[in-house]
Amino acid sequence: MLMLLLLLLPLIGGIALFLLKGISSSLAKNITLGVSLLTFLGGLLVYRQYQATPSLEIKYGWIPSLAINFHLGLDGISLLLVLLTTFLVPLIVLSTFRQTYANASVFYALILLTEVALIGVFTAKDIFLFYFFFEAALVPVYFLAAVWGGKNAASVTFKMFVYTIFGSLFLLVAIIYLYMQGQTANIQELAVTAKALPTTTQGLLFWAFLVAFAIKMPILPFHSWQPAAYSESPTPATMLLSGLLSKMGVYGLIRILLPLAPLGVSTYATFTMAFSIAGLIYGSVLAIQQNNIKRLIAYSSFAHVGLMAAGILTGNLSGLQGALIQMIAHAVNAVGLFFIVKIIYDRTGTRDLAALGGITQKTPALSIYFMVILLGSVALPLTNGFVGEFLLLKGIYDYNAWLGAIAGLTIILGAVYMLRLMQRSMFGESNEVTAKFEDVKGSEVAVLLPITLIVLAMGIFPNFFLQLTEPAAQTILDLIK
Amino acid sequence: MQSFISLLPFFPLIGFLINGLGFRKIPKGLVGPIGIGAALLAFIGTVVAYNELQANGGQPIIISLFDWITVGSLNIPFAFQIDQLSILMLFVITGVGTLIHVYSMGYMSHDEGYGKFFAFLNLFLFSMLLLVMGNNYIVMFVGWEGVGLCSYLLIGFWNKNFNYGNAARKAFIMNRVGDLGFLIGIFLVIQNFGSVVYGDVFQKAASLEVGNSAVVAITFFFFIGAMGKSAQIPLYTWLPDAMAGPTPVSALIHAATMVTSGIYMIVRSNVLYTLAPGTLEFIAWIGVATALLAASIGMFQNDIKKVLAYSTVSQLGYMFIGLGVMAYTSGFFHVITHAFFKALLFLGAGSVIHAMSDEQDIRKMGGLWGKIKITAITFLIGTIAISGIPPFAGFFSKDEILAHTFAHNKLMWALALVGSFMTAFYMFRLFFVTFTGSFRGTHEQEHHVHESPASMTLPLIVLAALSVVGGFLGFPEVMHLPHTLNDFLSPIYEGSRTVNPEFGKLHIDHSTEWLLMGVSVAVAVVAILLARSKFAGGKNVPVADDEIMGFQQVVYNKYFVDEIYNKLFVNPIKQASVFFEKVLEPKGFDALVNGVGAGVVLISERVRRVQDGKITAYVFAMAIGIIIILGVNFGYDIIELLKRITTASK
Repeated sequence: MLMLLLLLLPLIGGIALFLLKGISSSLAKNITLGVSLLTFLGGLLVYRQYQATPSLEIKYGWIPSLAINFHLGLDGISLLLVLLTTFLVPLIVLSTFRQTYANASVFYALILLTEVALIGVFTAKDIFLFYFFFEAALVPVYFLAAVWGGKNAASVTFKMFVYTIFGSLFLLVAIIYLYMQGQTANIQELAVTAKALPTTTQGLLFWAFLVAFAIKMPILPFHSWQPAAYSESPTPATMLLSGLLSKMGVYGLIRILLPLAPLGVSTYATFTMAFSIAGLIYGSVLAIQQNNIKRLIAYSSFAHVGLMAAGILTGNLSGLQGALIQMIAHAVNAVGLFFIVKIIYDRTGTRDLAALGGITQKTPALSIYFMVILLGSVALPLTNGFVGEFLLLKGIYDYNAWLGAIAGLTIILGAVYMLRLMQRSMFGESNEVTAKFEDVKGSEVAVLLPITLIVLAMGIFPNFFLQLTEPAAQTILDLIK
Repeated sequence: MQSFISLLPFFPLIGFLINGLGFRKIPKGLVGPIGIGAALLAFIGTVVAYNELQANGGQPIIISLFDWITVGSLNIPFAFQIDQLSILMLFVITGVGTLIHVYSMGYMSHDEGYGKFFAFLNLFLFSMLLLVMGNNYIVMFVGWEGVGLCSYLLIGFWNKNFNYGNAARKAFIMNRVGDLGFLIGIFLVIQNFGSVVYGDVFQKAASLEVGNSAVVAITFFFFIGAMGKSAQIPLYTWLPDAMAGPTPVSALIHAATMVTSGIYMIVRSNVLYTLAPGTLEFIAWIGVATALLAASIGMFQNDIKKVLAYSTVSQLGYMFIGLGVMAYTSGFFHVITHAFFKALLFLGAGSVIHAMSDEQDIRKMGGLWGKIKITAITFLIGTIAISGIPPFAGFFSKDEILAHTFAHNKLMWALALVGSFMTAFYMFRLFFVTFTGSFRGTHEQEHHVHESPASMTLPLIVLAALSVVGGFLGFPEVMHLPHTLNDFLSPIYEGSRTVNPEFGKLHIDHSTEWLLMGVSVAVAVVAILLARSKFAGGKNVPVADDEIMGFQQVVYNKYFVDEIYNKLFVNPIKQASVFFEKVLEPKGFDALVNGVGAGVVLISERVRRVQDGKITAYVFAMAIGIIIILGVNFGYDIIELLKRITTASK
């Protein structure tokens, strides 16, 4: 029941905000923050419940005649992602506290509705329900980006929308096909059906699933919507996209692609990994000379998800566990980094590295937060990024030494562009743009401090996260053996 | 007592947190004592750990804190191991570290980042302690990357200066190249041994045959890591640039401790290296090449810190020669003595720079002998020690390396000897130009020249004393005096002795050994005399930059290695980045997508005669439709319909 509350709280909050259209911006902010914090509290309670009974499920008939159910369930993987979502949404809301958006209540309603869809995706056990939430998540973010975004936002986000919907059509076809083969919509039961299918069929299913998820993440060569969409969207939407929506794609690889096309995975994994690792290198190189910091972090996100995809496709425990912890790490770090970009932009009016410099002289606190989050994303040991990258690279190396070694270049290239970002923005002499830079305070600290602490906590005690997901990860791997 | 030992690295961590978070809030008078106190507590912890180790009969003490990363059957504990090797490193790190903390109180006293500096120094100690205390390769890697971070932070300490920032970045990135090698080595260790814990790995390795291909690969990749951290060809160019950092940093991190991590790693893994003679041979030659290349550059540098930096690269080369000829203890011996005299030389250089109002060019110094007596005398002691004149510390360790090298390969020995000739020459050139002759600085500088405060001279005196007596840790066999270091370190070579019964035996007779000693001393003396005849008393001062001609110019410009690296690696990547952004993205991937879109439109126009041609709007409407259909429970009809179609088609 508690699980249903996780969906209902933001849903009711979102609808209420829609109805309360006229309320002031600050009231809307506070309502949203309250609702999202309550939802986070709900997430923690669910975690407690999970500890007592590790298999939580709820099931209602949806289209009974077709055996399609409103079926939600939580294993360690789902739980971790639900916790991530409910943890990040309040921070994303808080990150807007120093800004006033037009039609604020609608703006915040859309954020909450996105949260509903995300929680739905991460908990759905019925494949149609999964599909429904997977598609639904995009709609509010699309409006957030298109309506409140930069001057090119409308066309850029429309492209994103069409692109991802295009991918989803393949997903839909594959789902319907599998459903008709198995006469069930339960993902776990479908895995049994899928296993018995001939290799060619599984191959086709593999590509159908892959295209859908690859676009969402995105991985090479399906990424061309991403840099523009990330940089044109208003920061909260960018945070949702890079932190959480991209994780739906990664999650899809784990929850749908691996168990529902196992032979397809073993046939095409190496080929696909080569692409995602090529994307990792490509995205990193793109970031190296990038002067628009928002774009720079967008490219870095693109690189990071490529590594996760490759890790999942190895089909070994190290790769999968690495991907799972890296999903969390990347989400947290991306939200932190995009927020810092926003802070810089709000204070200086520019995102151009060439115009910045010397910020650190005025901002001891921001410098510390920035440095720690940055170290997380360059995978320094004892930060969250290390555990993920270490396990991912180990998994990939075990799968194929060459791919592992090439993917390993990420630890060099990541340092190149991230330290350049640090040097050009924070270090050096300050100039007229940055001379009066004010250090972070209040709501900004309330966002950055938890993120910084999580970066360190995950790096020092990763076993808390790894042990949460290992049984579920092992179950998925057993399915495909 | 074990709990106290496990706290050892955390004293500096706490110091870091206090000084770091309290930066600009803690009164300046407290900052230094907190930083020094943290280092001192770590030193006391080391003494305690030493006693504990002796009480334990020399058996390694393992202290497990918690399970850090567990995946399937692989468990990586966060655990420490105190044994003979780690305890020696601990003494060097905390001992020299504490002295340099004391020195920094004077040297950095006028810097606005005083508190930050102490915080970073403490953080460095923490990382370095993890590096040597870990009981497995991953904890070593944690320290390994941690010291890299501190090195980055401290090289770029004055980050307002863009060039310093670049130097810091270069250090971090070049080290990361090495770290990738280290990481691959770790992956191979896990694949082959199923564990990363030293005890497990070495025990399994001890039953392998010499030349085992997996072990050869592991040792090779580990050495790539060592190349980065310990500045060997081809990954050495970051170290001279690292001199951008404050001088105490150069002494502590870039001379005495961090840069010797690579040697520590190999001595730690000695079983594996003994199993891989091919890798050892490679290491020895890299060491020779680095020692010679760096020494030759050092002969023509005019920045006091640059000379010492190239000297460090060169001396690290000697340590690797020692390791490469399987004389692990000799290589490690040189780590210890080098820590003493090179820290001394750097701190002395700092004192000179301090006296010269931040001047670093030795052409603008001269005649400082009488003006800063303590600095000058201690600097001379360091210079003698590094040149290999008995009975100073450097003589013993270097001589031991040379003797083993002679037994291994005569050509290698001869080349190493050339290197030690150059060493004695450039060091005395540095000494004579700086301290003898007449003063060549400005009047203002001359007026300002003064001896440094006691907080700076005291560490100099202590280190000078160690540079004199440090070599007595290991007397040559022919002298019939004990080799304390050999005896002490013996337990850590258990595995090496198992896989190679010949391990640790030096096959040269006593008369040859005496002769070798005589030759190396003679070479050093000749080099010193040569330097004296050319530079003593200000007879010659190195010429101005634009008068350097011919081959000298090539050497002075460090053989243009940086420029070559830029051409080969840095510029192509930058160009690729711009090309990807400007061409491949818009005209490649994006065009592809648009092309597909346009193609679909075209086809649909022809086939279905869609008039408005806006496929995008079409898909958009459709998607919304799907969502609504599924959401509002009308999916039934559609699915039923599809179902009927497929059953019909069957």
